[in-house]
Amino acid sequence: MLLFAVKRLLYVLPIALGVSVICFMLVYLAPGDPASALIPDNTPPAIAAQIREAYGFDKPVPVQYLRWLSRVLAGDLGTSTSTRRPVLSEVLPAMLNTFKLAGGAILIACIAGIALGAAGAYRGGRLSDRAIGAVGIAGISVPPYWLGMVLIVVFSVNLGILPATGMGEQQTLGDQLRHLVLPTLTLAVVPAGIIARSVRSAVGEILQQEFVQTLHANGLPPARVFLHVARNAAPPALAVLGLEFARLLGGSILVETVFSWPGSGFLLNSAIFSRDLPVVQGTVLALAMFFVVTNVIVDLLQMAFDPRFKRARAAVARR
Amino acid sequence: MTDRALELAAPETPRSWVRRPASYWGGVATRLARDPVTLICAAILLAIVLVVIFAPLIGLDDPYQQSVVRRLKPPGTPGHLLGTDELGRDLLARLVYGGRTSLLMGFLPVLIATLVGGTLGIVAGYAGGLINTAVMRTIDVFYAFPSVLLAVAISGVLGGGVRNGLLALTLVFIPSIARVSESITMHVSTQDFVDAARATGAYPHQILIGHVLKNVVAPILVFASSLISISIVIAAGLSFLGLGVAPPIPEWGLMLSTLRPAIYVAPLNAVLPGVMIFVTSMCFNMMSDGFRNAMDVKA
Repeated sequence: MLLFAVKRLLYVLPIALGVSVICFMLVYLAPGDPASALIPDNTPPAIAAQIREAYGFDKPVPVQYLRWLSRVLAGDLGTSTSTRRPVLSEVLPAMLNTFKLAGGAILIACIAGIALGAAGAYRGGRLSDRAIGAVGIAGISVPPYWLGMVLIVVFSVNLGILPATGMGEQQTLGDQLRHLVLPTLTLAVVPAGIIARSVRSAVGEILQQEFVQTLHANGLPPARVFLHVARNAAPPALAVLGLEFARLLGGSILVETVFSWPGSGFLLNSAIFSRDLPVVQGTVLALAMFFVVTNVIVDLLQMAFDPRFKRARAAVARR
Repeated sequence: MTDRALELAAPETPRSWVRRPASYWGGVATRLARDPVTLICAAILLAIVLVVIFAPLIGLDDPYQQSVVRRLKPPGTPGHLLGTDELGRDLLARLVYGGRTSLLMGFLPVLIATLVGGTLGIVAGYAGGLINTAVMRTIDVFYAFPSVLLAVAISGVLGGGVRNGLLALTLVFIPSIARVSESITMHVSTQDFVDAARATGAYPHQILIGHVLKNVVAPILVFASSLISISIVIAAGLSFLGLGVAPPIPEWGLMLSTLRPAIYVAPLNAVLPGVMIFVTSMCFNMMSDGFRNAMDVKA
């Protein structure tokens, strides 16, 4: 078990390195060379060359990468070309805002998804199961940016009970929460559908196993049997949950745009349109790294929770 | 000449008084025919695709014809069945013509990614060893990005536009298709019948085409079909952000974005393009689920 954990942790390194290479190369994908974004038009060639040298653009690309990497590892993601502030100080608060959104969304998705999925599995094959299945498919099919607009139409325009955009005044908690409702709900729908579907199949599979029948036959009350089922269905559900949370952070860009929520997606979008490449690069790198780390944590948690892992460990210990 | 010796006469099949077991595809067809939901979704999609293809023939308004006086007319206005958009253009015509772009942008990346990713995955899964490690670890790096983030980042940095959007989406789907293809191929090529073929002296290409490919194509296609709806939603999302199709070309995501300010005055018009995205994406998902069940794919 420990060996597996160490292996899994070591495996992160090459992936993280690869991710950093792609983020670094992003800048080189852009039309024109990366220095041209820094150099205003009709700059005298001599000064342009000076700028190039100052930023290290005259060096070969691998050397530039290593220099960039060492700066990134020291916590320096460069300077925003539009605000002249360090990229890190732009990305961190934005990510924090996205965290609030994604955290709330995953909480809702988790409750709704697990409830729907488990209910569907227990009603296996009946009409209610199929109806829940259809709700799940609708959940994963809906374009979140459109759903956000519909919710604004219903709750802000027609009913006028919830604010449509922005984060609200920073001072009052109640106002902030009110601003959170619609974007969080919008963001929650797709992961709720995905979680419902995977919980449905995980629980359905376990309900068919013989040990469940045995428990029933031994006279265990259904609620206690459910505990056993839940324990066995938890690891795969947990895996999906973690993955979806990480995906929300990267995927909230469309929803943030609809609700003008000042999160990392909103930042990325505006950076793209102001051609602020350092911010684009920094945001993508931060989000991708978070995704990688979350995946590892999910794997390790899954391992810790999975009864089969424990049983295997106990078997090894007995020998 | 030596090969001739192996060509034994095929044993005469007895006239079947016992009913022959239906072929695999026959079974799939029977199961599909008994699944009304999948059939209905397929019919809706077929209708949408036909209307979109034959758009110039069904007597729609010009989707580019603007009019200042007819802006944001509600659905049901005479002459404009679904109303008009923020520049007075006929919404029905724009939705139909927009479907051409949206469906194409949703479908094409999955098609290309299936060809590229499927090939990579099958080769990696069949070859194993160093090739597998090289291909799959590279794929893992791309898989380490959330898909929407990767699509937005690539198409954004490249500068938007249809071509860059298609490129970004294709790159997003290659890793997941390659991963699934690899694991299916691995599973199939370790089955007994492959070993049996190898033991009887079949050439690698014969095994690859006759035994492995035949058994992996269907599950890969089922998986790919489940990506079409995601692709449609993300493609329209790119245009919604202003990274895909450029105005005035009609496209569902872009229409949704330009109509967004109108949600306060004409909410019904504003949400219509999204309804189209939702319906097509949902039908594709339902159909993909139906095929998965009918083909009994576990992946």
